[in-house]
Amino acid sequence: MADMILKKNALGDFLKSLSGSYETFGPKQEDGEVKFAPVDGEVLLDYQNSRLSPKNFFFPQSERMLEFSADPAAEDAFVMKERPAAKQARLLFGIRPCDAKAFAVLDKIYRNDQYTDNYWFDKREAATLIGLACNRPCATCFCTSVGCGPFHEEGLDVLAVDLGEDILLKPLTDKGQKALDAAGGLAAADGKAAASVEKLKGEAEAAIQSKVAVDKVAERSVMELYEADHWAKVAQRCLNCGVCTYVCPTCHCFDIQDEVSGTAGDRIRNWDSCMSWLFTMHGTGHNPRPDKTSRVRQRFMHKFKYIPLKRGGDIGCVGCGRCVAQCPVNIDVRDVVRDMNA
Amino acid sequence: MDKRTEKIREIAKRLLSEDRVDVVLGYGPGTVPLRNAPLFARTPEEADKLIWDSNCRINLANFLPRTKERVAVLAKGCDARNIVNHVVEHQIKRDQVYIVGVPCQGMLDPEKVQQREGRFIESAVESDGDLTVSGPGFETTLKLADVLRQNCQTCVHRNPPVYDELVGEPVPEQTDIDRYADINDLLGKPDGERYAYFQNLVKDCIRCYACRDACPLCYCHVCFVDEHMPQWLGKSVDPHDVLTYHILRAFHCAGRCTDCGACEAACPVNIKLRQFTRLLEKDIQERYGYEAGMSLETLPPLTVYRPDDPQEFIK
Amino acid sequence: MKNPYLPYPVRIDKIIVETEDKNLRSFRLVFINPEDEKAFAYTPGQFAELSLAGYGEIPIGIASSPTEKGHIFFTVNKVGSVSSALHNMKEGDIMGVRGPLGNAYPLESMEGRDIVIVAGGFAVTTLRSTVTWMLHPDNRAKYGKIYFIYGARTPGMLLYRDEMQKWQERDDIETYITIDREYPGWDGLVGMVPAVLEQANPPSANATAVVCGPPVMIRFTQPVLEKLGFADDQVVLSLENRMKCGIGICGRCNVGPEYVCKDGPVFTKAQLNELPKEY
Repeated sequence: MADMILKKNALGDFLKSLSGSYETFGPKQEDGEVKFAPVDGEVLLDYQNSRLSPKNFFFPQSERMLEFSADPAAEDAFVMKERPAAKQARLLFGIRPCDAKAFAVLDKIYRNDQYTDNYWFDKREAATLIGLACNRPCATCFCTSVGCGPFHEEGLDVLAVDLGEDILLKPLTDKGQKALDAAGGLAAADGKAAASVEKLKGEAEAAIQSKVAVDKVAERSVMELYEADHWAKVAQRCLNCGVCTYVCPTCHCFDIQDEVSGTAGDRIRNWDSCMSWLFTMHGTGHNPRPDKTSRVRQRFMHKFKYIPLKRGGDIGCVGCGRCVAQCPVNIDVRDVVRDMNA
Repeated sequence: MDKRTEKIREIAKRLLSEDRVDVVLGYGPGTVPLRNAPLFARTPEEADKLIWDSNCRINLANFLPRTKERVAVLAKGCDARNIVNHVVEHQIKRDQVYIVGVPCQGMLDPEKVQQREGRFIESAVESDGDLTVSGPGFETTLKLADVLRQNCQTCVHRNPPVYDELVGEPVPEQTDIDRYADINDLLGKPDGERYAYFQNLVKDCIRCYACRDACPLCYCHVCFVDEHMPQWLGKSVDPHDVLTYHILRAFHCAGRCTDCGACEAACPVNIKLRQFTRLLEKDIQERYGYEAGMSLETLPPLTVYRPDDPQEFIK
Repeated sequence: MKNPYLPYPVRIDKIIVETEDKNLRSFRLVFINPEDEKAFAYTPGQFAELSLAGYGEIPIGIASSPTEKGHIFFTVNKVGSVSSALHNMKEGDIMGVRGPLGNAYPLESMEGRDIVIVAGGFAVTTLRSTVTWMLHPDNRAKYGKIYFIYGARTPGMLLYRDEMQKWQERDDIETYITIDREYPGWDGLVGMVPAVLEQANPPSANATAVVCGPPVMIRFTQPVLEKLGFADDQVVLSLENRMKCGIGICGRCNVGPEYVCKDGPVFTKAQLNELPKEY
């Protein structure tokens, strides 16, 4: 698998040629913000990141899992059935390395030693990701502190680097290679291009302003971190609104609801949030996380301690900075982790 | 430093050292540009971190229901009206809250600044009605008046109607403001078009409930969307359920909303939520001549029955 | 790819109202597809998600023992919307079962040991499964002495009375059935479960205690076990938590890094000592 070069002014044609075999998505400016939307040639290159993470592609906000007939006269009434899986091949262009790393972390969560979440993996396997390295990281990024970086490759099928007039395309997987072969019109990259990439990578990593140490969090025990006395202070201004969980690329918790309309029924899963008091509420009225502080603590403990413990060291945060930008009361994850690591 | 910042710190330190209150609830600097954070000052040292500028958007009245402490709260006109509302609705006792009123000339809208600038803003400094924003390779100065929030631009209650102490002098109220020009426009359209307008408004909603959680009025132990026996509406992003949620929440806020804009500020997908609440606020004003939170003596009209309540809709 | 969210269709074969307040009903379920019964090979201590189309799912401990073929059996408390809907169902109705889920009691590592089972209220369901399994001729010889201590508020709230009557008549299990306070017509043991446990005085050397009950019972049982000499790794508990997926993915039932639905619900006291008490 060799690195290829695409002339930047040929990017539109490149994506158009792929739209024959893939449903193609990329970053676009819509209503004043950057979103991942269907593209037909034109795509944005000069942006930082989308407001919401692209996890929606594999983990939609609402998803019909199963269906059933609620007609008592039907032969198979109330028997749950699978829905036909849409296995449309998709191509996502312009995914940032932090979001791709998040997909790699979620791959480990949606599959364990006994069960595989088919809804996540059906879509993951049918999608090819061409990521765009960050030449200019945001001020709120701290990806290099959490096992990621502006040129990180985990989770991607191809890494694209904006070299100025050209775009370098580095295939990382067979799926990625297949997409590059399907597009055609690419030239092999030379040593100069490779050197440019190294230079840009170094500059980007040096430009990351936020550094957050997590070494002590890894060393300390669960109970030591849990019983620390800074949690009440962190939680004081939290609204438990859940915006952090909804914009976060690694947040994956969901609720399952049955809905019946006339004689048609569905079992649906929706995004859910540990910020909600309902999340852990027992039917008896007992709530293991009855107060704001316990719920706020859960979020940070989950991301920075529980997930690494369970997933071989992978931190459940990729440093994208979206929660920092969106939290209405400016609870800054970087400060919280510094408290945890103090 | 803004003169009001100095005065606020002085007031806070005094209230704390005199043990008049347990905590002073104000604003501190945020960790990102154009954003402040609520600050809970319990000691004079913490009080020294309080600030006041054009980013003090969050409605601090949101933190009051069910608190057991004696609280001093920094309140703009809209925030103070919400505190009055809390007292009237028995969510906090009047003598438990010390209102430090701050006459306000508007808070800025970071979305407006972002859209004017387009590029990523890394620093924003205010000075004398100007806002200087800078980032990689650019620096621009804007007029604060041009980037105020829409509710601030049409605000007619800039001064807190009820307070224990005022920071500085009252500011002149705006006059000749048509708060409902766009609402009237909307009401002039045929039903189908109006329905489509509202459906379109919430098409990006992800049911995160940040609007509800940031709103001081939404303090119910169990919100109607959380009920399951019976379950009033579905929890997915089905367009009917989404619209139902926003319409019902607006109705629950009708007659109580002060147009503080906390809902719009919290929304992660930038929905113009105030279109729902303002439409009802207009109805309430026209029918009952009532504005929320202006006096401790009056109750929101939808909680009170009067024999002369307008009822022309009963045919 | 196998869909772990798809329940097996089952028919309600029999419904038994277990308690005098009618809030506990047992459901005997039969698989509609015979191959599903084979796939549902379970071990005592595991649970299943009972699925009611249109209402949702509830995680319920399996009360039947794998030695009882042809059906599976659950006892359900009426608490919320799904269990209420379940209580309204009739024999012959169709519903779903997803499982078996969870990690089961450590029956293999309990072999060769004395077993002390302590149950309170309707948490006795998976312990019925365990005792039935252990008393089976194929399994009894693997274990030493078996003590079974079970209590409920009143005689009318005791589950499986007829079966336990039979256990009391056996000599390969020491059975103590108790009620909280004196009750007309009851001439059996009277006293809270922790007190009866102390009176029973089972030896702790080479023994495993399996405790299942409401939080208040567990809180008062723990000191008695300590007094009797049970170390924390000799005490096995089964937790409950709110669940949705039941397969260790959706994150709802987390206690620290562990998923109650997958790494549990069975944990030793030693394991729980290292985890936040968020259950």
